[in-house]
Amino acid sequence: MISAPSTTRRGPHPLLLWLLSSIGKKTIVALTGIALVLFVTGHLFGNFTLFLGPDWLNSYALHLQGLGPLLWVIRLGLLGVVGLHILFTMLLWKENQAARPKKYIASDPIQTTVFARTMRLSGLCVLAFIVFHLAHFTLCVVDPSFKNLHTTLDGQPVHDVYRMVVLGFSNVPVSLLYIGGLFLLTLHLSHGIGSLFQTLGITNRSTRPTIELVTKAYAWLLFLGYISIPISVLTGIVK
Amino acid sequence: MKFYLEVWRQKGPESGGKLEQYEANDIPAEASFLEMLDIVNEDLTAKGIEPIQFDSDCREGICGNCSLTINGIPHGPGRGTTCQLYMRKFRDGQIITIEPFRADSFPVERDLVVNREAYDRIMQAGGFITERAGSAPDANSVPIPKVVADVAMDAAACIGCGACAAACPNGSAMLFVSAKVTHLGLLPQGKPENHRRVLNMVRQMDQEGFGNCSNYYACEAVCPAGIPASFIARMNREFSFASLKESVGVPL
Repeated sequence: MISAPSTTRRGPHPLLLWLLSSIGKKTIVALTGIALVLFVTGHLFGNFTLFLGPDWLNSYALHLQGLGPLLWVIRLGLLGVVGLHILFTMLLWKENQAARPKKYIASDPIQTTVFARTMRLSGLCVLAFIVFHLAHFTLCVVDPSFKNLHTTLDGQPVHDVYRMVVLGFSNVPVSLLYIGGLFLLTLHLSHGIGSLFQTLGITNRSTRPTIELVTKAYAWLLFLGYISIPISVLTGIVK
Repeated sequence: MKFYLEVWRQKGPESGGKLEQYEANDIPAEASFLEMLDIVNEDLTAKGIEPIQFDSDCREGICGNCSLTINGIPHGPGRGTTCQLYMRKFRDGQIITIEPFRADSFPVERDLVVNREAYDRIMQAGGFITERAGSAPDANSVPIPKVVADVAMDAAACIGCGACAAACPNGSAMLFVSAKVTHLGLLPQGKPENHRRVLNMVRQMDQEGFGNCSNYYACEAVCPAGIPASFIARMNREFSFASLKESVGVPL
């Protein structure tokens, strides 16, 4: 039962043991979570160029496209991060199911919040939402005419991303779908961001309540920031 | 007072079980939950029915042996163990559902009795602490800062009852393990083995089949010793740090 001192340990490499341990897997989910929260934050600031006018957003989009190979590195990196986040969550979930096969007949959702208990569901719905979002604005397969929107920026012909966004969100069901997707993302983040501090061990008894409050507020701020775009289009503030 | 009980009855580890209904009559309000069960068992024995099997030992809240889930909450409503739960906490005529602790690593032996040896094996995996054997040392000869001693004492309050794993929807034992790791790792007597201990205890915990923490904090809500879930954060940190040390070949 009691293993020998590590210097004489045989068997898998300690890093592999860590990765396969409960805490190692949780840490991977937390670290990939950080990367995704940073991405979501950066994405929002990029989106805000919409409010500065068509030239700003179109120029922002042009610069992103201008990254060339680097853009693909970022895209594939994000795909990998999302993949790891989901893979390790599913590994943990499988173990958790096995660890508690019998439920209580008189069940009581002790302490847990609805946000915490629906992490997998909200996460998978967000995944579906991201797929739709990419199909809608990146691949333009939802409405292929988006591809043919062009304007000029400093005399050069460019893809009119501004017009695409305005047209896209003028569609009420699509806007509602976005708001719904963002709401689920917010539910996910309101438990997730606070959780990653706990998983990485950067909380203690006195800081945990503050961290949970601030991270919840941060998740809802992101929500307000993101939904401001479809709402501005629907209410005609952005035309 | 009178209560309508729904009690999990199960003949053995392999047999299936089900809830049976019993009436608890003439229960004094000041009776503890276990005393109520004693009264019901006397009644059942008189009727020729097999009494309800349950674990109990000290009946003063320090041994952690009583392991009942009452209306879906390990140790029932309020902070404390089942033996420190009094019937005045319930309404007269209330229906009370009593189930054993549920976790795959705590197999049900019979009725409400579960096998919690998995916790003992985790403790054993933690190994020994270096302590001078022989006559007791002079008081205060080992200086320990007051704040450190306080946190270690808070962690040492864990009685290993298993309510954390029983409350956790994932059947995770992390609150228990984190309390032991914190308690032994903070004091001078256990510090030299701190990192080896956290590696061995967490690995044993995983091997026993306990689940993973999803930060629900149900464990913290039911813990009769008031162990805070922030100890889990501390354990996560120590485990990852110890793994890093081990992987670069630092002797632990």
